[in-house]
Amino acid sequence: MSNVGIVIVSHSPLVAEGTADMVRQMVGDEVPLAWCGGNGHGGLGTSVEAIMGAIDKAWSEAGVAILVDLGGAETNSEMAVEMIGEPRAQKIIVCNAPIVEGAVMAATESSGGASLKEVVATAHELSPS
Amino acid sequence: MAALDLARLITAAADTIAAHAEELTTLDQAIGDGDHGLNMKRGFEAVRADTVAFSTKSLPEALKAIGTKLVMTVGGASGPLFGTLFLALGKEISAEPDRANLTAAFGKAIEAVAARGKSQVGQKTMLDVLQPVHEALAEGKTAAEIADMADRAADATVPMKALRGRASFLGDRSIGHMDAGGRSVALLVRTIGETLEGQP
Repeated sequence: MSNVGIVIVSHSPLVAEGTADMVRQMVGDEVPLAWCGGNGHGGLGTSVEAIMGAIDKAWSEAGVAILVDLGGAETNSEMAVEMIGEPRAQKIIVCNAPIVEGAVMAATESSGGASLKEVVATAHELSPS
Repeated sequence: MAALDLARLITAAADTIAAHAEELTTLDQAIGDGDHGLNMKRGFEAVRADTVAFSTKSLPEALKAIGTKLVMTVGGASGPLFGTLFLALGKEISAEPDRANLTAAFGKAIEAVAARGKSQVGQKTMLDVLQPVHEALAEGKTAAEIADMADRAADATVPMKALRGRASFLGDRSIGHMDAGGRSVALLVRTIGETLEGQP
């Protein structure tokens, strides 16, 4: 699929899965989508390994936009991108946007065939600068 | 500096983190999400489990491998932060470092941690302990002096107001508690220093 992929990273697997459900229902299946949540040990948190797995799952040559919730999710997502390394890393962007609204808006933009830059810009518009 | 006994260093670091896991968790419960001790223990036990593999590598490669292991196993925001510290140290250090190389590499590693956490000194984080340790290294202090410096720096995070991480959500209520990440750094600095000097 050539549409930009969307990855949802929350501290809570329930939030991540619920957000992905909303994206699927509101945007459909035209967008590569993956989610992860939880620390991998049954608790709240985020896991670099799980984020790397989600990026693989939602991978698109057009790139991947990651939507995160609280600080640790952002730090861990940036670490995951760095560990994936080039050449893929330059096509992955961690968005500064609210997770639910950002995921739906980014996926909507992606489903229309927008570039990674356009998808990320749409998500960023949701955050006060 | 004498040839490094990496296996002894790993054992000492993992022992220290395990012995203080509860204390670290208690610190984190006051102003964070209360998992720092458990997370650090999980990470250092994972490093301990691979001691043989790490200790057959050169120092730079071992540090990078330990950093990667910490990233993957510690969890929370501490995983990438402590992992980045070791990863960056491994990238900059030479196979047989002298004090100048160690100091320079440590400085670069602190910059990498600051970039990863989008943080700086004075925000009640591990950087507030790492930075004074770097200065003490540069000034040629002994391992014991550096460890004391690290303890004082961790104590000095108590009156600070947290500006990064979960603790920053508390605003002024973060004042009066020690930063758990800073305490972890101080513990590691002391145990590494003592191990390098062959003390108990």
